[in-house]
Amino acid sequence: MNRLWQWPAAALRNAGRVSLFLLQVLAQCLPALRHPREVMLQVYNSGARSLIIIMLCGLFVGMVLGLQGYDLLQRFGSESSLGVAAALGLIKELGPVVTALLFAGRAGTSLTSEIGLMRATDQLTAMEMMAVDPVRRVVAPRFLGGIIAVPLLTAIFNCIGIFGAQLVGVGLMGVESGSFWSQMQGAVQLGDVNEGLIKSICFGVACSLMAVYEGFHTEPTAAGVGLATTRTVVSSAVLILVIDYMLTAAFL
Amino acid sequence: MNRSDLLVEVRDLDYAVDGRAIFKGLNLQAERGRITAIMGPSGTGKTTLLRLLMGAIHPQGGSVRFFGAEVPQLGRAALYGLRRRVGMLFQNGALLTDLSVFENVAFPLREHLRLPEPLLRRLVLMKLQAVGLRGAATLMPSSLSGGMARRVALARAIVMDPEVIIYDEPFVGLDPISMGVVVRLIQSLNQTLGITSLVVSHDVREISAIAHQTYLLSEGAVVAAGTPDSLRATAAPVVEQFMNGLPDGPVPFHYPAPDYHQQLLRDPA
Repeated sequence: MNRLWQWPAAALRNAGRVSLFLLQVLAQCLPALRHPREVMLQVYNSGARSLIIIMLCGLFVGMVLGLQGYDLLQRFGSESSLGVAAALGLIKELGPVVTALLFAGRAGTSLTSEIGLMRATDQLTAMEMMAVDPVRRVVAPRFLGGIIAVPLLTAIFNCIGIFGAQLVGVGLMGVESGSFWSQMQGAVQLGDVNEGLIKSICFGVACSLMAVYEGFHTEPTAAGVGLATTRTVVSSAVLILVIDYMLTAAFL
Repeated sequence: MNRSDLLVEVRDLDYAVDGRAIFKGLNLQAERGRITAIMGPSGTGKTTLLRLLMGAIHPQGGSVRFFGAEVPQLGRAALYGLRRRVGMLFQNGALLTDLSVFENVAFPLREHLRLPEPLLRRLVLMKLQAVGLRGAATLMPSSLSGGMARRVALARAIVMDPEVIIYDEPFVGLDPISMGVVVRLIQSLNQTLGITSLVVSHDVREISAIAHQTYLLSEGAVVAAGTPDSLRATAAPVVEQFMNGLPDGPVPFHYPAPDYHQQLLRDPA
């Protein structure tokens, strides 16, 4: 019976630790914004450097959506709505989720291992001894950088995805270009875009938080850094999908 | 001796981790303007003592006073205020790997003060000149040797003109030339700038050459204190073993273990 309680107790304890750390980071976000260059550097590091993989994946996700959407819609004879299907699928769901998952794998892991190695080589302790708060100097700019980068990457992912769907749907399967775009323009509402935007901001917070949390609390060994990186990907992915369900349910 | 001359005062310090006592009633003090050495075999908690001094961890009992303030009772702001008056040299340098040598030394200045760039540049170059590495200002920490990294870290430790510098094992892993350089730097910083120095080390020869006051720690307490010469003349077995580097003595060569023959015979081959 005792053992039965151990797992949920540990999970709850972890959730508490992460929440406390979030408060600690949030308190340092404003001071960190006083050095905008540092934040901009992190947007570049985690955002701009993920651009290629995001664009490539966006293209292929869009192309697959074009094929599958065409196959599905032509059974009802409504293949002209392919534009709407692809755009809504991307903007509301696939764009934010896939971008966040890719971000966790590409940028989240490198944030974790970077901060973890700083922990392992005493750099964070050295900062504390120089009376510099490492949460403000190291963690907060990276956290903010991630929050700014994820929605931007999502927007790019969506655009390229829609382009990919158009490439396949119009170019390959012969959907009429005019109806593809005009139906999309008519059916996609601002609310849909907002839904995707809010999702991507929440995912950005979740990914960045898990990445900096795991990095900051890395056990200072080589194995510890590896373990922390793995945990970042796993916990980010789970968190993204859980949050996605809750937000989708809330928006319906 | 005037009380205000005592920069560091540790009294009846008790500290334990997971029920294992690291310090039991430790007493030591460091005077202003002098080089105080804390020696002892590896694993006696020398680095732990530094962490207690800097307020990174809290003792279970006793008093730790730094600049006359009771360190464990300081709030975060006061603690950071204290740390700004202290430079610390880490065992491995702990340079920030994403910044160049110049920016590493400039780091505390940029974080704490708002200096005009030309002044900041001049200050940093002066400190780098003092450790002989002005020419290495544009290098990244990854391309420095161990000795150079430690000198850069020393330049960073003195850039805020601290009253005290704490050295954590400054000689570990250095070749004889770098070691000599670091010894001379510690001494000249103390003599020319009057910086109080607290050196934690187990390199008896190097530290004996420069320390004014030496404490020898073993098993959680000070077993001998005095000038290096008086320490060398002490007849206590543990002091003799440490000062002369004998492999076995009061500090045993073997970690506690069950009987050797018994264990070999019992284990299946």
